[in-house]
Amino acid sequence: MSGATPLLAALDTVRDPELDEPITALGFVAACALSSDGDAEVRLRLPTYFCAPNFAYLMVADAYDAVTALPGVRSARVVLEDHFAADAINGGVAAQTGFARSFAGEAAGELDDLRRDFLRKAVLAGTGQVCRALRASGADDATLASLTLGDVPPGPALDRLRQRRTELGLPAGDEAPLLVDPVTGQGVGPDAAALHLRRARLTAVSIEANGSICRDMLRHRYDTSGPHEQAQRQQVPGEEELR
Amino acid sequence: MYEKDGQKYFVVDGHMHYWNAAPDNWVPGAEQYAKGWIECFYAYMGLGPPETHWTLEHFQKYSEDDLMTDVFGNGHVDVAVFQPTYLLEWYKEGFNTTERNATMGERHPGKFVYNTRWDPRDGDVGLETLRRNVERYGSRGCKLYTAEWNNGSRGWKLTEPGAYRYLEACQELGIKNIHVHKGPTIWPLDKDAFDVSDVDRAATDFPGLNFIVEHVGLPRIEDFCFMATQEPNVYAGLAVVIGGLMHARPRFFARVMGELLFWLGEDKLLFGSDYAIWEPQWQVEGFVDWDYPESDEYSDYPRLSAAGKRKILGLNAARLYDIEVPPEYRLPAKAGTPAAQDDAQLVD
Repeated sequence: MSGATPLLAALDTVRDPELDEPITALGFVAACALSSDGDAEVRLRLPTYFCAPNFAYLMVADAYDAVTALPGVRSARVVLEDHFAADAINGGVAAQTGFARSFAGEAAGELDDLRRDFLRKAVLAGTGQVCRALRASGADDATLASLTLGDVPPGPALDRLRQRRTELGLPAGDEAPLLVDPVTGQGVGPDAAALHLRRARLTAVSIEANGSICRDMLRHRYDTSGPHEQAQRQQVPGEEELR
Repeated sequence: MYEKDGQKYFVVDGHMHYWNAAPDNWVPGAEQYAKGWIECFYAYMGLGPPETHWTLEHFQKYSEDDLMTDVFGNGHVDVAVFQPTYLLEWYKEGFNTTERNATMGERHPGKFVYNTRWDPRDGDVGLETLRRNVERYGSRGCKLYTAEWNNGSRGWKLTEPGAYRYLEACQELGIKNIHVHKGPTIWPLDKDAFDVSDVDRAATDFPGLNFIVEHVGLPRIEDFCFMATQEPNVYAGLAVVIGGLMHARPRFFARVMGELLFWLGEDKLLFGSDYAIWEPQWQVEGFVDWDYPESDEYSDYPRLSAAGKRKILGLNAARLYDIEVPPEYRLPAKAGTPAAQDDAQLVD
């Protein structure tokens, strides 16, 4: 698999929109290779044959975009394997037709709204993960509501939260409140903090549980680790070891 | 029935199946979907303890004797609720139909509850079938799989006008319990197929029906919990939560249980083994023994007592299905008051 390193670095930037983790860390990259002529080939795999086709499409399309943007890549072929809608997804991404035309008659539009909604969930879950650590060191709801991002000790969970907020156009600087409404970007006042924090915790738990089920299903479907799977997993907050 | 440390548990398995997914039942031309479906289920079995795993061949088609032994003989279950899933585009006789379940169950009186199903895209013909099934099998509940493929359509929502006709018919026919199982496809495909807001609407518009959201809305636990606090007639089916997490990911299981106990409370949670994905024995025994791991991380979550476990494992479902519980397995009336009222007020 010569020349795979820059490809893998590019694929590290592609996330599963529901699980908010890199597809490499999830083991969804089965293999990738870059020829000396600049022809890239990526093979993707998912935990089940029936994983939701809209999210699958986003991952294949994002992988295609990430790889094509690399200097020195002349052509890119991204192939999703072992999936009920693989032909429609792979063909649609290769021809750059968009989701609605790839699923003509079955889709009403593109996937931008879906992506945005899940990015908002990622912000809420990321808030829950940052606050879990702060709570463990004694912070209560009122304290958390008074903090800015600059008050939070640095770490991967905070970096990730800032990055997601930036992607959504929400304030992400040191002076921005830690708790913001993921739709409006407005700070969450002390009266609304308790409910906001409980929703943030719930969203983090939900996404973490989904991620664990997807990982475990993938492991039973394929008995090989994907490239970068282990290295990237270190970056994931809330992860626990398999029994 | 199960007894441990002086506690007597009446066990209702609220979600289980008797399927045939072997190649002899695959629809020609749709073999890849029939195979993909059962292999997906089989991977879920892998999340349980290794000593409970079956071969794929056994998993595709198990016998009546297997079921009776696994569920009732070893599984501690007193009454089991059949939840049919048809998938007629992939399986010639259906994956597990009301008829298949009942034909088998009628040889074991008193052991089974026969839920049926409907699909709004079947129109008047489907309404007539629903009436006939209720008459023939005494169905008091329905299992709805919203991602079923039907004549070129990949799924539906409970808020469609066609679905409301069926919900009205359910009320007329004496059906009380609507089990909703979301899947990966829907119309249109660009929307989130797992979205539960249609259940929210239907639960508001049909206050006389109970809506049991299976596998607690996974992968949308957060949306489901938040919705369920606002709808008194919405319940959570624990199939997949216990089977998929309790063994494989004990810390995540504890967090999910903590959230469910916080947002819904122990009166709204129903055990379901999802047999034959997982056998009930290890699930029942493990759940009775379960407690949060030793860590401050879980200190905010409500505790679950033996009385709470008795509700979740059987008494809650017995109430929804009017199943007679022997006196020594009942709880004193006081313990039956709804939990989580304080929590629910948080979102009012």
